[in-house]
Amino acid sequence: MANVKKEKIIELVDITRQFDDGVIAVDNVNLYVRKGEFITFLGPSGCGKTTTLRMIAGFDKPSSGKILLNGEDISHLPPNKRPINTVFQRYALFPHINVYENIAFGLKLKRVKVTYQDKNGKQVERIEKLKKHELAQKVEKALKMVDLEGFEKRSVSTLSGGQQQRVAIARAIVNEPEILLLDEPLGALDLKMRKDMQLELKEMHRKLGITFIYVTHDQEEALTMSDTIVVMKDGVIQQIGTPTDIYNEPKNSFVADFIGESNIFSGTMVGDRKVRFINHNFDCVDDFAKNEKVDVVVRPEDVFLMDEDKGQVNGKIISSIFKGVHYEMVMQVGKTEIVIQDTIERKVGEKVSIFIKPGDIHIMEKEFSTNKYDGYITKKNTVCFGDGEFECDVTQLYEGSFLDEEGYLITADGEKIDLTDVDVNVEVGLKDIEISDDAEAGGAIGNIVSMIYKGDHYQLIVRTDENEEDYVFDTEDTWNENDRVSVIIPKEKIKLSLKQEVKR
Amino acid sequence: MIKKFFTRGYIFLILAFIYIPIFILVIYSFNSGKSIGAWENFSFIWYSKLAEVKDVVINTIVLAVVSAIIATLLGTLGAIGIFYSKGKLGKSVKGMSQIPVVNSEVVTACALVMLLVIMGFSHRTIFGLYVGHITLSAPFVVLSVLPKLKQMDGSLYEAALDLGATPTQALFKVILPEILPGIFSGFMLAVTLSLDDYIITATLSPLDFDTISTAVYKAIALTTEKSSEQVPIYRALTTIIFLITVAVVVVMNVRADKRVKEKRKV
Repeated sequence: MANVKKEKIIELVDITRQFDDGVIAVDNVNLYVRKGEFITFLGPSGCGKTTTLRMIAGFDKPSSGKILLNGEDISHLPPNKRPINTVFQRYALFPHINVYENIAFGLKLKRVKVTYQDKNGKQVERIEKLKKHELAQKVEKALKMVDLEGFEKRSVSTLSGGQQQRVAIARAIVNEPEILLLDEPLGALDLKMRKDMQLELKEMHRKLGITFIYVTHDQEEALTMSDTIVVMKDGVIQQIGTPTDIYNEPKNSFVADFIGESNIFSGTMVGDRKVRFINHNFDCVDDFAKNEKVDVVVRPEDVFLMDEDKGQVNGKIISSIFKGVHYEMVMQVGKTEIVIQDTIERKVGEKVSIFIKPGDIHIMEKEFSTNKYDGYITKKNTVCFGDGEFECDVTQLYEGSFLDEEGYLITADGEKIDLTDVDVNVEVGLKDIEISDDAEAGGAIGNIVSMIYKGDHYQLIVRTDENEEDYVFDTEDTWNENDRVSVIIPKEKIKLSLKQEVKR
Repeated sequence: MIKKFFTRGYIFLILAFIYIPIFILVIYSFNSGKSIGAWENFSFIWYSKLAEVKDVVINTIVLAVVSAIIATLLGTLGAIGIFYSKGKLGKSVKGMSQIPVVNSEVVTACALVMLLVIMGFSHRTIFGLYVGHITLSAPFVVLSVLPKLKQMDGSLYEAALDLGATPTQALFKVILPEILPGIFSGFMLAVTLSLDDYIITATLSPLDFDTISTAVYKAIALTTEKSSEQVPIYRALTTIIFLITVAVVVVMNVRADKRVKEKRKV
């Protein structure tokens, strides 16, 4: 962090990149990078991180928006005019020239202003190539930086992956760029080498004092190296922050899931700084409105294991794996599984309880778009979920399938499948649920526990008695809290997907 | 045992069919007589008369080299253009560039005659002949350069730009050296095609201009006093061409072997 200055070196303003086929790779991204910062774009493949990098390098032009370098718009500047160099994913070394020539490539194209004094004592400026000895010096220095002294004459094709990587870095930094872009540079190296290079790159960043923009899908790499991490998904920035912030205070369940291991639960706020999940009311430190549906993140290392009845929630250990430093155990509470890391092993089958400190419970706003349930198919080809049983269309599980007279599913290939007791994921949209006073009319029964007015409609939550399953939906009708209702979902609105392939 | 005998025999037969005529030609090129049936004396007489067909040889080589150079230039640029063109247009151009490769030469020749006449050029000029040979070989250059471009790491061009090269510099300093083997084999292909060509040359060349192929044909077809004198000279010439071809093939194979061995060492 010592090198990071206050000035912004590069700023992306409302950057959108839509490809010719209509795919939006980067969607209205705003971000700035400070001078000397080590910033990492992190996200799964296809999240737009590489496209963003390519736009900064100049290989790709934004469809709209501006890229400012030191306050000046460079959106339409070609890559060769930008004081930015790139280390490519697969190195992109020039195979027809040797290591020295590869590194000298940029320097040889460089023109510098040299001032002379002519006969009359006047200052004359001339634009010249770099002098040969200057060039040699710079190449030598760059090679030293990457620990490859003596490799000048070697052919690129005789180098190992790691060595090629180093040449690629030397080739970029020898030009003394203001910004160094690195596009998953360690992706092709083995684990050990990758770890070494991570530290070396960080050291290089410290020595050079220039801005590094790094792209990776490896969260550990990002946490180890960066001053700042930008987490991206589907072309949209999810969170920008320091590694500690991103790890400890993930903004949403995507970030929490992507960074490190985590338990993510669906929870409900039940009072002032009280959240309910895994059938227990926990104290927490985050303040959310009562009855709001939230995502709860608990890191496995923050769950303490205790003897039965000593902690907050009881459960049973169902798996335990030795991971070197700790044991990774899974405890089951009802239908929910909780991953726990602890140095003391508990045997599989042992009854235990857990304790989570309020500060270790991180609560995030839920991006609520659908109701999701775990369900199973019954003998009658209906589906059971959320403490209820509903009519559904099971043929959507296999494309082109149909039901025969006996109720077996016939796939498009003509295979016969018995779906009884098959586990499925169930999704129901917020607009696809209706309720009725008639207890017999719907598939599940519960009480209205929350009714929030959302401008032009109400968002209602109906909670069942048995397992406290929630149905969230939008309606224009007015109901009263604590009304006892039954939940109606039209057959065609229940979306099913298989949890795993059914044995035939 | 019998099976082995037959397979061997089969291969031997095929090779015999290919090489016996050539051997007859080579042997009779040393015959002092003119006709192929009657052996007279061993002599180098026809070799000493090679100077008489010097012009034809020079015509052929100049035409081959010059047309190949132009075809290589056009074909390489075309291949680069095709490789970097996107979308539907790029695809259709790629397809269209392949058709002349399989297209019959007669069609190309006749079409070119018509085109040249329509455009106001007179029929049978040196210019038309060159156009014909370039048209013939340029698609083959495209065909041998394109795979090299496809093999090339796509980010090389971007890497060159990134290091400060203009697109033109990137082309000359990175892309061309990368695809040079393809360009070279395209050039050699163009030379060979032009050397061998009869149909286009016969259709487009001026009447007083002959390459080896048209000259040989004329000498055999026209049974004048002059031509009967020339036929045995061409026997000597074709023997020399055959020997050069054999030498080239041997050298290339030896070099390829060496390269394979060197690679194994590494």
